[in-house]
Amino acid sequence: MNRMSWFNAVSLTLGFAFLYIPMVILVIFSFNESKLVTVWAGFSTKWYGELLQNEAFLNAAWVTIKVAVFSSTMATVLGTIAAYVLVRGGRFMGRTLFSGMIYAPLVMPEVITGLSLLLLFIGIGLDRGVLTIVLAHTTFSMCYVSVVVSSRLVTFDRSLEEAALDLGCSPAEAFRLVTLPIIAPAVISGWLLAFTLSLDDLVIASFTSGPSATTLPIKIFSAVRLGVSPEINALSTIMISIVTVGVITASLVTKHQVARQKREEQAAVRT
Amino acid sequence: MRRFILIAIPYVWLLALFLVPFAIVLKISLSDAAIARPPYFPQFDWAEGIAAFIAELDFENFVWLTEDDLYWKAYLSSVKIAVISTFFTLLAGYPIAYGMARAPEEWRPTLMMLVILPFWTSFLIRVYAWMGILSNEGFLNQFLMWIGVISEPLTILNTNSAVYIGIVYTYLPFMILPVYSALERLDGSLIEAAEDLGCSRLTAFWLVTVPLSKNGIIAGSFLVFIPVLGEFVIPSLLGGSDTLMIGKVLWEEFFSNRDWPVASAVAVVLLLLLVIPIVLFQRNQQKQQEAEQ
Repeated sequence: MNRMSWFNAVSLTLGFAFLYIPMVILVIFSFNESKLVTVWAGFSTKWYGELLQNEAFLNAAWVTIKVAVFSSTMATVLGTIAAYVLVRGGRFMGRTLFSGMIYAPLVMPEVITGLSLLLLFIGIGLDRGVLTIVLAHTTFSMCYVSVVVSSRLVTFDRSLEEAALDLGCSPAEAFRLVTLPIIAPAVISGWLLAFTLSLDDLVIASFTSGPSATTLPIKIFSAVRLGVSPEINALSTIMISIVTVGVITASLVTKHQVARQKREEQAAVRT
Repeated sequence: MRRFILIAIPYVWLLALFLVPFAIVLKISLSDAAIARPPYFPQFDWAEGIAAFIAELDFENFVWLTEDDLYWKAYLSSVKIAVISTFFTLLAGYPIAYGMARAPEEWRPTLMMLVILPFWTSFLIRVYAWMGILSNEGFLNQFLMWIGVISEPLTILNTNSAVYIGIVYTYLPFMILPVYSALERLDGSLIEAAEDLGCSRLTAFWLVTVPLSKNGIIAGSFLVFIPVLGEFVIPSLLGGSDTLMIGKVLWEEFFSNRDWPVASAVAVVLLLLLVIPIVLFQRNQQKQQEAEQ
C-alpha cells in the first residue's frame, strides 16, 4: 500500500485546496493596491500601514491579548485542578454534577453561554468590561483545558506518584516533582488552546463586554458586516501568520521532545 | 482538608459561573418583559418572600414561541440547515480522511497538521474569507465566467447556499479527524480478504470500510451537527435576511428587540432541542470506549 491510488491523490489535493485556497486569496489581496478586494491593481503594503495607524484596532488588539493571557492562565490553573480532581479525586459528593459541568460548556451553544453570563453579571451588578470577559473566557476554556489534561492523566502510570509518596514526598511535592513534569505537555497545549479560544471568541465576548472594552473579534465583526475591506485582509494575514508560525513551532518542539524522550528511555533501559 | 479545598475551587467556580447563570436564564424565561432596568418583571424581592415571587412567574413566553411563526420556523430551519450541512461535511470530509489514512505513513503527521492548522486560525477570519469569494463580483463568479460556465454572475452571498458552504468549510476538520482516526485503525487485510472473496473494490468499500468506520462517522456528524444548530456567525455574515437560524434570532431578540425574557425562552428551548443529540453523542462515545477496552 505504498503507492497512492489516483482517487486518494485527487481527493487529498481537492480537499486541501478547498481548505487553503480561501485563506491564500485572503492573504494575496491584503497586498492589493486597490480598495476593491476582488480586483488586482498592483502590489502594495499600504493597508498594513493604515492598520498600524488605526487606533481603534490597536486598542482592541491590546484588550484582546490582555484578556487572552489572563483568562488562559486562570483557565489552565483551574482546568488542571479540575482534571486532577476528576481523575485522581476518587468519590466525592456531587461528582456527577461536577463532571457534567465540565463537559456541558463544550457543547453549549455560545449564544446561550454568553446570554447566561451576561444575565449573571447584570444580576450581581458587575460592570461589564475586561474583567467580565476574562471571567467568561476562563469559565468555558477551563473545561477544554480540563479535558486535554485529564486525557493525559488517565494514561499515565499512577505507580510513579505512589513511588514518590513512598519515598517520603508529601502529596504536594509528589504533584510538583512527578505529576506536573509528566503532564506538562498537556498543560501547555491546554494553555495554548485556551489562549486561541479566547483570541477567537466573538459571541461570548459580545455579550459580556461593555462599551469600555472592545475585543478584536468584535471590532472585526462590526467592520466585516459592512462588507469586505483590504484593511481586514491585512489584519487577517497578520493573525494567520502568527498562528501558522506558532503551530509549526509547537509541532517541531513536540517532535523534538518525543524523540528526546525516546532516546532517554532507551538509555535508561540499557543501563 | 486540602483535598476538600482542591475540589472546592473548580467546583464553586463552575457552580457560580455556569450553573447559576443558567438558572437565571431559566428564571427570566418565566418572567415578563417590562420597560425597566433590567427590562423584566418580577424582580426578586426578599421582603415579599419566595412564594409571592414564584406566583408571578408563568409560561407566557413559551406560549408566545409557539404562537409566533418566526420561532418555530427558525428552529425547524436550523435543524434543516444543520442536517444538510452535516451531510455535505461528511461527503467532503470522508474522501479526505480516507486519502489521509491511505497515504504513506511518513506523510500522515504533516497531513494531520494541515487539517488542524485552519482550526487554530480565527473562525471569524475563515468565514470572512468566503465573503470575498462568493460575492457577485467575487472570485468564484469571476472564475466561472472566465471558463465560460455562466454568463451572468450567480447570487450566492447572502443566500442559504453561502451558509452551507461556510459551514462545510469551517467544520470540515471536526469531521475529518474522527473519521480519519477510525479509518487509520482499520485493518487493511480485511479489505484484501473481501476482495479475495470476490467483492469488487466498491462493494468491499461499502461492506467493509464504511461499516468499520461507522463510529468515526457518527462522532464526526455530531461534532458538526451540535455546534451548527446554535451557529450565529456564519448565518449573520454569509446568510441573507431570509436565512433563519435560531442563534441569530436569539441574538437579535436580545440586542435589537431588548426582549430578555423571550431571548431566555428561546435559549431554554434551544437547549432542550440539543439534549437529544448530546445524549446520543455521549452514548456513542461511551460505547466506543468500552469497545476499545
